[in-house]
Amino acid sequence: MVENIIIANPIVSPKMGFKRLLATRLLRMFITLCAVLVITIALLGTTMDDILRRNVQQSVIQETSHDNKLVSHFKSQQELQNYINNQISARTHAQGLDEPWYSPKSLLSKLFKTMTLDLGNALFLTSDLGSQKVSNIILEKLPNTILLFTTSTLIITFIGLYLGAYSASRTGSSVDKFTSGSAIFSISVPTFFIGMMMIIVFAFIFPIFPSRATPVTSPSDPYYIFDLLYHMILPLVTLVLVGFGAWAYTVRYYVINIFNEDFIAAKRAQGISHRKITYSHALKNAAPPTFTAIALSLSGSLGGAFLIEIVFNWPGMGLLAFNAISVMDIPVIIGLTYVATLIFVITMFIVDLMSQYFDPRVRIG
Amino acid sequence: MSIISIMMFGFITQFRKLKSGIAGVTILFFLIGLSLYAAAAVPLESFKQWSNPNYWIKYPKAAMPSWINIFTPMKEPEHLILRNPAITKGLDEGIITIKHSYKFDFNYDFFPSDFMINYAVQYGSTPPLVDVELSRPDGESFAIISSSLPSPQGEHYVFRDTIFSTENEIQDNLRNYRNSYSYDVDVTRPQVMLFSAKDKPDVLKGTYTLILTFSFFDKNDKVLNSEFILGGKVYGLLGTDELRHDLSIGILWGTPVALFIGLTVAIVSTFIGLFYGLIAAYKGKRTEPTMMTIVQIIINIPVLFILIILAITIGRSLFLIVGFFILFGWVGMALISRSMGLQIKSYAYVEAAKLMGESDIRIIFRHIIPQLLPFAFATIALSVPAAILGESGLSFIGLGDPAIPTWGVILHDAQSANAAARGMWWWILPPGIMIGITSVSFVLISRALESIVNPKMKKI
Repeated sequence: MVENIIIANPIVSPKMGFKRLLATRLLRMFITLCAVLVITIALLGTTMDDILRRNVQQSVIQETSHDNKLVSHFKSQQELQNYINNQISARTHAQGLDEPWYSPKSLLSKLFKTMTLDLGNALFLTSDLGSQKVSNIILEKLPNTILLFTTSTLIITFIGLYLGAYSASRTGSSVDKFTSGSAIFSISVPTFFIGMMMIIVFAFIFPIFPSRATPVTSPSDPYYIFDLLYHMILPLVTLVLVGFGAWAYTVRYYVINIFNEDFIAAKRAQGISHRKITYSHALKNAAPPTFTAIALSLSGSLGGAFLIEIVFNWPGMGLLAFNAISVMDIPVIIGLTYVATLIFVITMFIVDLMSQYFDPRVRIG
Repeated sequence: MSIISIMMFGFITQFRKLKSGIAGVTILFFLIGLSLYAAAAVPLESFKQWSNPNYWIKYPKAAMPSWINIFTPMKEPEHLILRNPAITKGLDEGIITIKHSYKFDFNYDFFPSDFMINYAVQYGSTPPLVDVELSRPDGESFAIISSSLPSPQGEHYVFRDTIFSTENEIQDNLRNYRNSYSYDVDVTRPQVMLFSAKDKPDVLKGTYTLILTFSFFDKNDKVLNSEFILGGKVYGLLGTDELRHDLSIGILWGTPVALFIGLTVAIVSTFIGLFYGLIAAYKGKRTEPTMMTIVQIIINIPVLFILIILAITIGRSLFLIVGFFILFGWVGMALISRSMGLQIKSYAYVEAAKLMGESDIRIIFRHIIPQLLPFAFATIALSVPAAILGESGLSFIGLGDPAIPTWGVILHDAQSANAAARGMWWWILPPGIMIGITSVSFVLISRALESIVNPKMKKI
């Protein structure tokens, strides 16, 4: 595809040392994270402030009423009320909640709080174990999302690399045509639609798999893992089915470009087999631009994975986001945005490092 | 700009030779045709009132498409909405009688689920009478309702009424016919009794006529309109959903909306990216790294979540959503145009133009942009599916424009009603396929454009 042609030129020059590269990428990761959070806080900051202020009030009232010694210390109800009010305003001030969201103090404190997932209590949602803390709710769902997303990405990578390289080595063959067709399928069909069709076919017409991917057994059960994997099959197959085409086509594109280079002709002249040239030389050299191209499409595939969770009721972050949106649980939405951004930039970082690692022009040391 | 027109001419002649391009353009013309048909033949009200449940009350709930009867041995009754009765007038001793008769065939294996009669009459002094009777294929005629309308309030009083099959009066009237059946009939279900054979509890197939007789006592009184709805299990070309929306209308209106979203986002964001990248490439020095860092940061943002937050806080109207997509959609083209700009900048003819004292803007517009335009067109074609898929995804999680029927909104409704697990394929398949073929048409066009732009690819 057109975009791929250009991405082959890395923006950071390959002559740069690996350590320096690592540092710039880490810095960029951090800047991105801050940028997303500042946008989030700018848009939701005032709503968030109201919620936090209410939380402070509640916790002060709770602490005071539980402390009998302190309560008996006051002579009248009025005095107690004054004490509580003073406490509230002191804490609100300490947390910078009496200032608008854009004041540096308030902004920094909020940035720090979000980054440590210290977002207090959710408005409506609770975790499966009954906790109301935003961090508990999100961290409970995180492993499921990572499990589904990582597994599907790994499978797609393997299929994509081999199918892509094979199609490149036999252009015009039926496998090659299949790859091109799958690529068109990949970029034109919504993942969630295929998910719904999978439910109709494999849960309604042929009831082989469950339509809801939430496991029935409790996590303490020794067979929980099998139950989880059984429920994971349908969402996983959907993600792989929709995802592999674009990958394979990208790999095919770059491998074909490598085939046109002189060193491949030289290898051929040396009598190295076509198979070996394809899989060890061409594929390896095509890796850096492929990874860069894939990095660009990651945002879409992460989004697709979230939507698939909603379709199959897979207990991950996407489903949590869907539930949080439907009841407007702002603290959870902010927390999810942060965690999703974090996962995303870390994945981008890994993909980026891998593309640099495979790039023979970058010296690693 | 003669250079561009010459180039475009070459472009078109080359394009016509490519099969995938032809296929893509054919699909695109089909979609444009659908949009025009929607605009011309479907009432605009159905688009505006999409989320108003009252507008859809006459339609059946979760009905399959009517053509399904071709494939099933037992035929489900079709939902009928009859609006054009045969009208006859009569004059008898100063009483004017107007008859609205609805003739329809009922050749199905199951009973209708209910029926409903709507009418509106205008009268001055004496309230008119309304009689409803159903004549059946076996020659029988059942008087269903006979009532006098309320006293008029004012000179040109307009009275609107709906008769439901559940009304007590219908049951009372039907008791009179109970003995003519050879078995025990249930008067509380008039839709079954009226359509049953007399000797066995089965559907009586044949041609029925429903006759509404209005008796007026003043020659200025008149019937404004009437309507007969026979509730069935199948309806129309694409059936209906749980909220009684006629899905064929939703699918039709979704076409212009999707084309609008896709093309606007693709064209605007591609041109923003084009200029942004060119400016970065042309300025160089310190401006370029700063500009490209911004691009890198935007690329690193997980778009879905930012879109969720923007949709929650700023708004969910269609134009805002288009704006959000443009906000994040231009970066890909910025990367391309920057690196291509860097290449073209170093070409001798650009250097020469600079030495001749041409201004920067003139160089960009005369010498660099024409080189990049083909790429821009290919990118536009490839960005359309991304925008359409993006909008459908956002609608799917419930953050689309709630007032407008888009394919994503229809799929969202299907997901909320758990349609997939209930096997309601007619609700899910059409919007998904429409999203798919719209995207495919643009992907095919972009492939064709690409192989013209990048001749190296043609050999591959």
